[in-house]
Amino acid sequence: MSTDENSQPPSAPILVLQKVTKLFGRFAALRAVSAEFTPGRLYVVLGDNGAGKSTLLRAIAGLARPTRGDVQVLGSAKIHEVTARIGYMAHAPLLYDEMDAMENLRYAARLYGISDPARCEQVVRMVGLDPTLARRVGQYSQGMRQRLSLARAVLNDPELLLLDEPFSNVDIVSAREMVRLLGQMRDAGKTILVVTHQPILLEGVADESVVMSAGQIVARERGISSAYRHDAAEVR
Amino acid sequence: MAASATAIPPSTKSGRKGGTPTFGDVLRATLAKDLRLEWRSKEAINSMLFFALLVVVIFSFAFDLTAEESRRIAGGLMWVALLFAAVVALNQTWARELRNQALDAYRISPAPPEALFLAKTIGNFIFVILLEALMAPLFVIFYNLRSVGPPYQLALAFVLGTWALVSNGTFFAAMSIRTRSREVMLPLLLFPISIPALLAMVSATSTVLTGEGDAHLSLVFLAVYDVVFTIVGLFLFETVLHAE
Repeated sequence: MSTDENSQPPSAPILVLQKVTKLFGRFAALRAVSAEFTPGRLYVVLGDNGAGKSTLLRAIAGLARPTRGDVQVLGSAKIHEVTARIGYMAHAPLLYDEMDAMENLRYAARLYGISDPARCEQVVRMVGLDPTLARRVGQYSQGMRQRLSLARAVLNDPELLLLDEPFSNVDIVSAREMVRLLGQMRDAGKTILVVTHQPILLEGVADESVVMSAGQIVARERGISSAYRHDAAEVR
Repeated sequence: MAASATAIPPSTKSGRKGGTPTFGDVLRATLAKDLRLEWRSKEAINSMLFFALLVVVIFSFAFDLTAEESRRIAGGLMWVALLFAAVVALNQTWARELRNQALDAYRISPAPPEALFLAKTIGNFIFVILLEALMAPLFVIFYNLRSVGPPYQLALAFVLGTWALVSNGTFFAAMSIRTRSREVMLPLLLFPISIPALLAMVSATSTVLTGEGDAHLSLVFLAVYDVVFTIVGLFLFETVLHAE
């Protein structure tokens, strides 16, 4: 594992993983993963399918309890105590198809104790959707769902934002706009972990790449990992 | 997106937008959401109604009963029909949470798990009570029923009995929802534990319909059963919600 020592600012880690192992039956999705992540940075989590990227994010979000090891988020080993400070965007949108965007967000806001009625409208506009659109989410395109899912994830203004494939099914213009927003959030002090197969989109915004393979972190590099930058260039 | 997106609102590093969600607020929001989803999809009420209607019609044609015999078996028949119909609805209210993994949004939020359990239970209670209100005239017509005992006891038997069914049902449906054969698993878990309540429901209903005996003891038993199982459900639901 190669680590770029110079890229670590001298602040306390926001996220600490200590020998985290996650087993599904006899299959090890995560194998003794240990890592630290510092605040105010945008990390890109890279790796092939089945490398353990999504499981890692789920473990950090508190959705998958590690079989062994500890996850410490925002200084607490009890993730349920800090969930209000975490935002998570999954593969699935975590939304109700039968409700429209604002109904979904208003419900999510109540779960976080958000009383400001303008906040939902604010995040819907932020991701480029129209808050007055009465169409139900079930009738949304995949790209619109992704954007609304991002709006739900940032609704509580989280300090740690976990994004699992946020650019899948999103057109290139919208994806670049999402990247711009993520850059702004990082600049505002948020820590962001993005799992993606399109790392080239985050070129210039990503602070560090975390490369996973077979349930382990095998490399950390400043910016986009050179191996993945070359892959993207070849594809282009 | 590029054209209409606005800049991210300024926020401080630790400036969360949310406060602490209160139990009552989350309960109301979740209940309102469930009622809205059911109103729009009508999945649970339609399937319950269809199922209960089939049971009533099939049994009324299958048996050639006198009025007296009808009153004796009607209690059992009604509750069995409602029990099976409720199972259909209970499965659907949780299945809806699994679509788009919407339940995960609740699991990662700071909202109290008990509020979700209670909201779902109240929602299911409303659906089943609505079904009972729709089915009651049909039972009366098909089985030639009338209340011989005090009608308030009949109403109480239905309210307490329905709560017993849905509080246990909501809990076990949540437990079985992530299993591979959840449609089979729910009745396997729910029916054995509901037997004492079911006996009390049938006894109270039959007593009022026939006018023989006193339904008081059965109603007290149902009330105690409801309180105990609701409290147990509230205590254990967090474990069920976060189980993998």
